[in-house]
Amino acid sequence: MRCWEPRIEEMPIAELKEMQYKLLKSLVYRLYSFSPFYHDRMKEQNIHPDDIRELLDVRKLPFMFKRDLRDSYPDKIFTATQEELVRYHVSSGTTGKPTVVGYTQNDLNGWTTSLARALTSIGLGRGDVIQVSYGYGLFTGGLGLHYGAERIGATVLPTSVGNTERQIELMQDLGSTAIACTPSYLLYMGEVAEKMGVSIKKDTQLKAGILGAEPWTERMRLRIEDWLGIKAFDIYGTSELSGPMFTECSEQNGFHVWSDMALTEIIDPKTGETVAPGEKGELTITILQKEALPMIRYRIGDITSMDEDVCPCGRTHPRVQRIQGRVDDMLIIRGINVFPSQVEYALMAIPEVGQHFQIVVDRKGALDDMLVRVELNKESFSDKITDLMIIKEGIEHKLRNALNVNADVELVEPGSLPRYEGKSKRVLDRRSL
Amino acid sequence: MDVKKYVIKQISIFSENRPGRLAAIAHALGEENVNILAFSIAEANGFGVVRALVDQPEKAYKKLSSIGFNVAFTDVIAVHMHDRPGGLYEIAKMLGDANINIEYSYAYSGKEGAVLILRVDQVVDAIEKISKSGATLIESSVFH
Repeated sequence: MRCWEPRIEEMPIAELKEMQYKLLKSLVYRLYSFSPFYHDRMKEQNIHPDDIRELLDVRKLPFMFKRDLRDSYPDKIFTATQEELVRYHVSSGTTGKPTVVGYTQNDLNGWTTSLARALTSIGLGRGDVIQVSYGYGLFTGGLGLHYGAERIGATVLPTSVGNTERQIELMQDLGSTAIACTPSYLLYMGEVAEKMGVSIKKDTQLKAGILGAEPWTERMRLRIEDWLGIKAFDIYGTSELSGPMFTECSEQNGFHVWSDMALTEIIDPKTGETVAPGEKGELTITILQKEALPMIRYRIGDITSMDEDVCPCGRTHPRVQRIQGRVDDMLIIRGINVFPSQVEYALMAIPEVGQHFQIVVDRKGALDDMLVRVELNKESFSDKITDLMIIKEGIEHKLRNALNVNADVELVEPGSLPRYEGKSKRVLDRRSL
Repeated sequence: MDVKKYVIKQISIFSENRPGRLAAIAHALGEENVNILAFSIAEANGFGVVRALVDQPEKAYKKLSSIGFNVAFTDVIAVHMHDRPGGLYEIAKMLGDANINIEYSYAYSGKEGAVLILRVDQVVDAIEKISKSGATLIESSVFH
């Protein structure tokens, strides 16, 4: 099957936008009338539902942040009563107080439909065995994928996380054709399998990985695909959006956000203005059809870009690129937004330097000054200063092209930059000192 | 003529331009009992290259690599100069006339006379020109 719901997935863009406008209008009316939280917010901004006269008027509406959810812990902004709810999920709270998400039966149906469309778009369906190695429980990953996979008629193998050797045995014995987990867990699984004498590429029927819940890169995709002999697809979601909702299609070029469920904007995190098409910014989503916890202009804090052109797969819903960083990581250098991930991406394409780097930001007079320290590779070391200067200037040039801001490069000795086992700290901002 | 015996293995070390780096290099070589016969430092913005002639280049290379330095070998030649006014001119002019470019050079003046160490773009040509001119090249065996 090519599309789960072709009528919607391939609907002409103009019709989709018309549908979004109607959904937005009724959402705003509903929240203004029944949600004290949104009512107050809109009053504060002097916005009335009648001011929404076209889709772009969404930009008049106030933003909503994670802190709004935390402040309303556990369920102050729910727009359904407890009797109407059929499930709770609770976020882990690693970055603050946990947040609670409630679901009505219709909310669960919508979530499941979203994943049914997504899984179909990567070529899965009846006859596939989908191993769900995301955690089951308060975390949304396991149960979300579980229901989505069942809906398309695939056979679910609900292994959850852990007990890796048993997961590999079951993968072989029951013929899993797809696995849903974090990319790092899949890499770990590949290593454990090799130790057991099992090659995932040769000894299993695995053909697809549905990978997400943590940042990963195009390089990691290539490594996984090459090593394990599968196709690796990005999946995106957060508990506030229900859970994992959207995946890449067979084109593997950004995940489709279903326009009838969510209205996507990419905004400049500093000004709140919409960025130009294709530009990078903060992913902002309005959830159009949820009953228990709808959200208007929710700023997730993830940085990415969006492509609204029709996809070669035929779907008309916009594609959002893999998450490239968090707003919290963003640096503002001479008024320009710079993400450490952009620096990393640019450096990855430069053979003369290693993968470790450090960004040092300082203020010289009134100007911000950015220095990128990189380790010179052994093979690229030349005894001639002029050769080294060419390498240094070449990197500066490439960084300037990638970042739109000047960065000085310092070549340092290999192994001299700090290494991190957990979360790396690549930025040294001396401006605030 | 056997040009090879005049080709000297210089060891070049990438170093950050900050206090203590030369000491780290010198200490490592001292520990290995490697003697430094001549050396120079070239410096650019933030980094430098330490170039040295040592008696045991392989040993020096291994030691410095093992503690994380970027190290490379470079072919250089060494010429005896007349230790008097105009001594450097004779060599430099000869190479210039032969259209051989000196990429960098350093010198020392010891008890056996003045020695010019040269990194040139055409090593073989330079060796032939210099020996034809009557100047004395120093064999690599003198250093290591």
